[in-house]
Amino acid sequence: MQIDDTDRQIINALQTGFPIAPRPFALAAERLGLAEGDLIARLARMKDAGIITRFGPFLDAAAMGGAFCLCAMEVPPAQFEAMTRTVNSFDEVAHNYARDHRLNMWFVLATETPAGITETAARIEAATGLPVFQFPKLKEFFVGFRVAA
Amino acid sequence: MSISPQDRALIKACQAGLPLVPEPYAQIAKQLDMTQADVMNRLEVLLGQGVIRRVGIAPNHYKLGMAANGMTVWDIDDAQAEELGALVGAMEDVTHCYLRPRKRPVWPYNLFAMLHGSTRDEVEEKRQHIVQLLGSAVRAHDVLYSTQILKKTGLRLASKGAT
Repeated sequence: MQIDDTDRQIINALQTGFPIAPRPFALAAERLGLAEGDLIARLARMKDAGIITRFGPFLDAAAMGGAFCLCAMEVPPAQFEAMTRTVNSFDEVAHNYARDHRLNMWFVLATETPAGITETAARIEAATGLPVFQFPKLKEFFVGFRVAA
Repeated sequence: MSISPQDRALIKACQAGLPLVPEPYAQIAKQLDMTQADVMNRLEVLLGQGVIRRVGIAPNHYKLGMAANGMTVWDIDDAQAEELGALVGAMEDVTHCYLRPRKRPVWPYNLFAMLHGSTRDEVEEKRQHIVQLLGSAVRAHDVLYSTQILKKTGLRLASKGAT
């Protein structure tokens, strides 16, 4: 689907701060100069088309007692597909990206306890026979949320 | 920090996304046998505590034509890393910025900054701004472009309570 300038404004405006109110879409629509029904329809269309991957509350695993950890592996190219299936089969793997580097597979583990990270990494090492390098965030620099559509 | 069973149920009801109806919180309340006021109140509390980081849209960069995704990585002296990381994080083009541990000898980098663009040339141009900003504080740097999304589901709570 093609998105128009109104869709772009919606994406730019609603990455954070969606109202918590009885009629939140009406409030957000008013700020954008749209009708409530139009905003809802546009969000539904963009969600169906995959332009919006998710809409709603975003959780901080750490604040809930859990943890996130970026991890990387050096996967032999010949085994890449098979290893992708193995790694992706873990529910704790939230995202996984192929990247062009010696460390060519980068994934994020999300677990409900901090101990779950190391434990899951060890299970992935056992399942793949490859070392899992863990890159936990030591400090996050807050950048806001701003993907300009 | 532990969360109550009721908050857990609320988060579970919301985590796949808010219903796209005029009164989404009322619909969730009905599902959970709560009042709309309770749902809104608990969401505000969780937002204040940071359990919920934000409420809004997660756009798909790729579908928006931002096909190039570069994870730029930098080896910065630890003594300067926090100060310079804050400067990089404040740059308009940087969408995520973290300090992470090195894994020598495989991985000498400690500062990670994510850049997006419609082409790699665009990302390269943005990366040059960081090069200029960091100047001689950089010992080594690299950029890792993503070549494929292998999985993207986001955080999902398991059905049962945390152990």
